[in-house]
Amino acid sequence: MIDTVTNPKTDPHRAATAPRTIAVAMSGGVDSSTVAAMLQAEGHTLVGLTMQLWNQRRLAGREGMPKEVQGRCCSVDDVYDARRVAERLGIPYYLVNHQERFERDVVKPFVAEYLAGRTPIPCSLCNNHLKFDQLLLTARQIGAELIATGHYARNEFDEVSGRWLLKRPADASKDQTYFLFGLTQEQLAHTLFPLGGYTKPEVREQARSYDLGIATKPDSQEICFIPGGDYKRFIDAYLDEQGETMPDSSGELVTSAGTVAGHHEGIHQFTIGQRKGLGVASPSPLYVLSIDPESHRVTIGSEDELLTRTLTARQLNWISVADLTEPTRVRVKVRHRHEPAPATIEKTGPDEVTATFDEPVRAVTPGQAAVFYQEDVVVGGGWIVVGN
Amino acid sequence: MHRVYMDANATTPLAPEVFAAMHPWFTEQFGNASSIHFHGQRARAAVERARDQVARLLGCRPAEVVFTSGGTEGDNLALAGVLTPGDHLITSSIEHHAVLHTAERLQERGIDVTFLPIDGSGAVDPGDVRRALRPNTQLISVMMANNEIGTLQPVTEIGVIAREADVYFHTDAVQAVGKVPIDVKAIDCDLLTISGHKFHGSQGTGALYIRRGTHPLPLLFGGPQERQRRAGTENLPGIVGLGQAAEMAQAFVAGSGPARIAALRDRLEQGILSRVDESGVYGAASPRVPNTTNLWFDHLEGEALVIALDLKGLAVSGGSACMSGATEPSHVLTAMGVLPERARASLRFSLDTAATNSDVDFAIDLVPAAIAHLRELSPTYNRATKHEPAASGIIR
Repeated sequence: MIDTVTNPKTDPHRAATAPRTIAVAMSGGVDSSTVAAMLQAEGHTLVGLTMQLWNQRRLAGREGMPKEVQGRCCSVDDVYDARRVAERLGIPYYLVNHQERFERDVVKPFVAEYLAGRTPIPCSLCNNHLKFDQLLLTARQIGAELIATGHYARNEFDEVSGRWLLKRPADASKDQTYFLFGLTQEQLAHTLFPLGGYTKPEVREQARSYDLGIATKPDSQEICFIPGGDYKRFIDAYLDEQGETMPDSSGELVTSAGTVAGHHEGIHQFTIGQRKGLGVASPSPLYVLSIDPESHRVTIGSEDELLTRTLTARQLNWISVADLTEPTRVRVKVRHRHEPAPATIEKTGPDEVTATFDEPVRAVTPGQAAVFYQEDVVVGGGWIVVGN
Repeated sequence: MHRVYMDANATTPLAPEVFAAMHPWFTEQFGNASSIHFHGQRARAAVERARDQVARLLGCRPAEVVFTSGGTEGDNLALAGVLTPGDHLITSSIEHHAVLHTAERLQERGIDVTFLPIDGSGAVDPGDVRRALRPNTQLISVMMANNEIGTLQPVTEIGVIAREADVYFHTDAVQAVGKVPIDVKAIDCDLLTISGHKFHGSQGTGALYIRRGTHPLPLLFGGPQERQRRAGTENLPGIVGLGQAAEMAQAFVAGSGPARIAALRDRLEQGILSRVDESGVYGAASPRVPNTTNLWFDHLEGEALVIALDLKGLAVSGGSACMSGATEPSHVLTAMGVLPERARASLRFSLDTAATNSDVDFAIDLVPAAIAHLRELSPTYNRATKHEPAASGIIR
């Protein structure tokens, strides 16, 4: 474990004991509302901000999308809740419109990734481009020094390395560090994660004690802008709205031995490790092993064949180190609900890392992130391009 | 915190005189104006006194005034009331959403709509109105003063065109009342919308002038109130307040008030523009209401500027608010051909009649400093002003 010493000058948690002007990213949910109440109780000057990122009604009724709005992201109800919490706390509250940037940096890449046969993580893109870039900029523009969010993660300054660290939170079941691997040193230095030391039940208890009226709200879903989670329908509706036709990516379903087992309607309907909806009869369960965006060929096979020994990741971001200079022992997390697996990582290009796992891991998926941990410290991470 | 309010086009505070006039009608002087008994007669008399006051403001007969719940209802009644499927409506692309969205809804119901384009002057070209006329044109609806940039529209000229073509003419005068004189005869309009809270009346009050002989189909059905043009028990205190506010607005416009406000607005405008480079004003070449100026400042986000100023005590507005309350680029500026980046970097200042020199000083101090701070954080402003070494130059 890396030993850390807090620097009173630069550690936001320590510095936060002196009253500061902090912009709180408020979603109307339990977590961010509790953050606002906690920081308020500590005597800081707060400004509540909610980012308007997507209009849930925009695609309603199009291409089979539900007519009724189901998604919760930026819904009028959530903004109402956030406003009520801000009003109860007596802090100024503003809704800031970043819909164009969200569409450009999150929605369009999300659609493009699926069309290219990969499985994207919009939450990481949103964190990188909206929550910790645009929101921090907005916060500075309006005179706030720091932003605070309801993420379950911890950050602290490490005097030995002179770097800001991102660490897993006290509540391992709520750990969101996987989605935060893209944070820069600058962003980490200006962000507070006040919930990092608490468990979710403790946070709900705090919300109840602050009487915020939102303590029993359900947790938000993972992809906030897709009502009901049906991303295939979302992509259809979005392309239709854009006046674009779905590129024909239909092709063959082949076994790992190369036998054609069937036909599919488009590679965006598949993700590595998927078992349902293959339309191929087989005595033993079949899974998607790989997707070839060029030939549109989707390879299927047994669960054993999903196991891979290595992965390659690019578009890297390093947090606890400035760069990776030698092969390093880490644990690698390859998807959100994945227990990090022991591996050795080494640079195989200027912006490329190859991880070699001690034991094969299942369903390494291009488009997902590979995040490297040493104990509870995030070393860095990148986007998976291939697993073998 | 010292707070200065420069968002009078959004709403104005209730005048103390209006509040005093309204007050008894909430409590001891209650009554339903439709009732036969004493209480009803008392309420009826109050409503009709208010109708006289509003009629004097607009230069019309009292019977031509229908009380409404505000500007939105007046605009809806004017448009939906006279248009039936197959008709043609001419309106402008810089109308308030109460007109624009109603027109879009009517379009879905089979009414042809022409949305007149607008140029950088921010004013409708009467020639465009004339050229848009068709045999089935039933209504022209062009606002009297634009809410976002304050430009006065050529309603008198349009009134002439409407009369010659024998089509109805409606004008949304919500942003004109209390700022410029209004005379429905001079405008020669058939329908004119006003809203109480824009001139120190209470929110939820308004009126629609309906020229005698014009019979819009009601939006609301029920009792026979307002000569069967608008069902529902009269908002007694609100109507009394509207009458009082109308009387005061008429007096204000006839006096030196507008010139004083225009001088403050001009000083504010010049004070800010002279301290901020890469900035400008919209619609300055057109006649404007005295209280409004809309300024652009390149290399910043107007939304962040509005918030930064609010946190320092100055209330102004950028763009218009969407359903949830976030700011969207102004449709008015977009229609004028302003690029989205600049439309988003624009700010509306609208002075209330009580504005003072020290309010203007406060803004002139605050706004340039806030802009300088925002621009420090703007990559495009730094690129535009810092002298970077040439690409072939020596960079160590």
